[in-house]
Amino acid sequence: MDNCEPLLKVQGLSSEPLLEVQGLSSEPLVEVQGLSSEPLVEVQDLRREPLLKVQGLKQHFVMNGHFTVKAVDGVDFVIYPGETYGLVGESGSGKSTIGRSLIRLYKPTGGKIEFSGMDISGKMDKSTTSRLRIEMQMIFQDPMACLNPRKKVGEIIAQGLDIHHLYQSRAERKEKVAQMLKKVGLSPEHADRYPHQFSGGQRQRVGIARALIMNPKLVIADECISALDVSIQAQVVSLMQDLQAETGTTYLFIAHDLSMVKYISNRIGVMHMGHLVETGTTEEIFSNAIHPYTKSLLSAIHRPNPKSERVRVALSYDYKEQGVDYHKGIQQHLGGSHLVLATAEELVKWTQ
Amino acid sequence: MENQTRKKVMEIRNLSITFRTAVGPVHAIRGVDLDMHRGETVAIVGESGSGKSVTMKAAMGIMDKNGQVDSGTIFYTYLSDDKTEKTVDILQMKKKELRRHINGKRIAMIFQDPMTSLDPTMMIGRQIIEGMLWHKRATRKAAWGKAVKLLEEAGIDDAEKRMKNYPHQLSGGMRQRVVIAIALACDPDLLICDEPTTALDVTIQAKILELIQRIQKERNICVIYITHDLGVVAKIADYVNVMYAGRIIEKGTVDEIFFDPRHPYTWGLLSAMPDMDMSNERLFAIPGSPPNLLHDIQGDAFAPRNPFALNIDKRLEPPMFRISKTHFAATWLLDPRAPKVEMPEILKNRIQAMREGEIGHG
Repeated sequence: MDNCEPLLKVQGLSSEPLLEVQGLSSEPLVEVQGLSSEPLVEVQDLRREPLLKVQGLKQHFVMNGHFTVKAVDGVDFVIYPGETYGLVGESGSGKSTIGRSLIRLYKPTGGKIEFSGMDISGKMDKSTTSRLRIEMQMIFQDPMACLNPRKKVGEIIAQGLDIHHLYQSRAERKEKVAQMLKKVGLSPEHADRYPHQFSGGQRQRVGIARALIMNPKLVIADECISALDVSIQAQVVSLMQDLQAETGTTYLFIAHDLSMVKYISNRIGVMHMGHLVETGTTEEIFSNAIHPYTKSLLSAIHRPNPKSERVRVALSYDYKEQGVDYHKGIQQHLGGSHLVLATAEELVKWTQ
Repeated sequence: MENQTRKKVMEIRNLSITFRTAVGPVHAIRGVDLDMHRGETVAIVGESGSGKSVTMKAAMGIMDKNGQVDSGTIFYTYLSDDKTEKTVDILQMKKKELRRHINGKRIAMIFQDPMTSLDPTMMIGRQIIEGMLWHKRATRKAAWGKAVKLLEEAGIDDAEKRMKNYPHQLSGGMRQRVVIAIALACDPDLLICDEPTTALDVTIQAKILELIQRIQKERNICVIYITHDLGVVAKIADYVNVMYAGRIIEKGTVDEIFFDPRHPYTWGLLSAMPDMDMSNERLFAIPGSPPNLLHDIQGDAFAPRNPFALNIDKRLEPPMFRISKTHFAATWLLDPRAPKVEMPEILKNRIQAMREGEIGHG
């Protein structure tokens, strides 16, 4: 395979267990390609210890003997405590897969995931699993589909507490649920209702309550507002921000709506075809996007302004047409925490 | 509408629809007036459950079985087969007549999810020509040729080859293009788009919108666009109708709605959208949730969520107040006796910025 450049990069890394092969991958060469050029921490702010460190994460799905879907193909990023990291990209870009691999709904094919001091990429022992299940929580996209219709909301919210024995008495359990319901803007009486008795926005609040009652360090919000109405979206996002300010939890906010991501995130990662093509602070991405895919995403945002909208034509980006090969590119550092996946020539071309 | 050059295609008057459900009657539409003219794009904006889809389904005569029209008329004017102009009330037509003369032939609809509107067991070519064979009695060969042209028009490369594909072989954006090609197969003069881009990616959304815009201009047809995304409305619409709880609460040209909104709900909708160029100040959220239409609504349906609500809002439903020839809003704030209420400061600043055209691209 295209060996010259990436291979050289990897040599430096060989001491790390990045090369650990997790069974599934058919060709070992691809493993070696793991594009993590430099350990990200070096470029990032050194003062803070990241909460989540992802290096060369791969998630492949073997369809049959000949065909493997490389949903995520070598992704590095870090998330710091207390921040909101937005992951954007079109459907099929692998952003949701990353979320699901992180919380170990899938078994990662390769790469290393470090979460609050634990290695959660390989086989986990019982105590690690249990800690992960408490400290990392997920909010799902469809608030109707993710709540068990046969259970009362109180039961749904308390299920995590039940499993991990996080209360001493029934009274304490009830109290915790009631408090959580109040926090997300519902009333304690709602605990005795069923999901179908709630509106979409309220159901999403229940989903948030279920995630936050465990007091997680990281919450993965997978398209958690895209199924809601505009006016309700604003409510839910504001609620998530309030809860973050209160509990200091960290969000991985997965979405395709860049305008909302810009609004809520501190840092953003842009995914395309299983690769993280650009990452940086919100400011860096929005004012100084380098990668043509990021630019096309930015140009596709609708603004509520008829004056500029009518004449605006969205940029199109076709990586085949432009001859971009994500496997050849390396993470180029552009100052701050801004990284772009590009080869040297591409970087020159794009920054002109 | 006084303008003589605008040719009316459809006129909805005082439409009320009730759905019989297990828990009681739901008054989904409570008196809707709507006009559509040839060559214009009319957007209907509202939250889910506000009745925007139901209105258009009624206009196409494809309402759900438990729906019942309480009152109203939907007059549709079209050029019949013998080239004479004909006006019919869609609500009075028999299902069979509708199928033969209207559905798919003169009024076509594009739905939200392209996967569910295509038949997974049929090649897309056959699905496109189906309408032409049935409505236009076209020969198979002629229809096939036209279908290829339509696919090309809808922006699909390699159209000839794609005709023999099945829906699952295409991506979401491609499927939606196929659905658009099917809708255009019989040269309709009214195209109803029910959130056609909601299920698609942002980059593809923009492309599909541009496609619909282009088709509308080229064919000079009337496009009705149902959406909850004001950004989309800003891009394509000429006229905007804002719906809330089964009523149209504000209508006007796109400039009037975006630059001079009068109804507090429209204010809320506009300020709830994250602005790309604003610093990260707190997003405005309309408090509460839409009313349950199971219960009878006393007064203004928006009053409980409206920080500017007056006493009269609780008792009497506001009529449509006229602001200009094209701009109407149903709020008591426009009554001469009402106290003077200005729109929220954030929105004012934003509109000011928009007017000055300062908003560039991120």
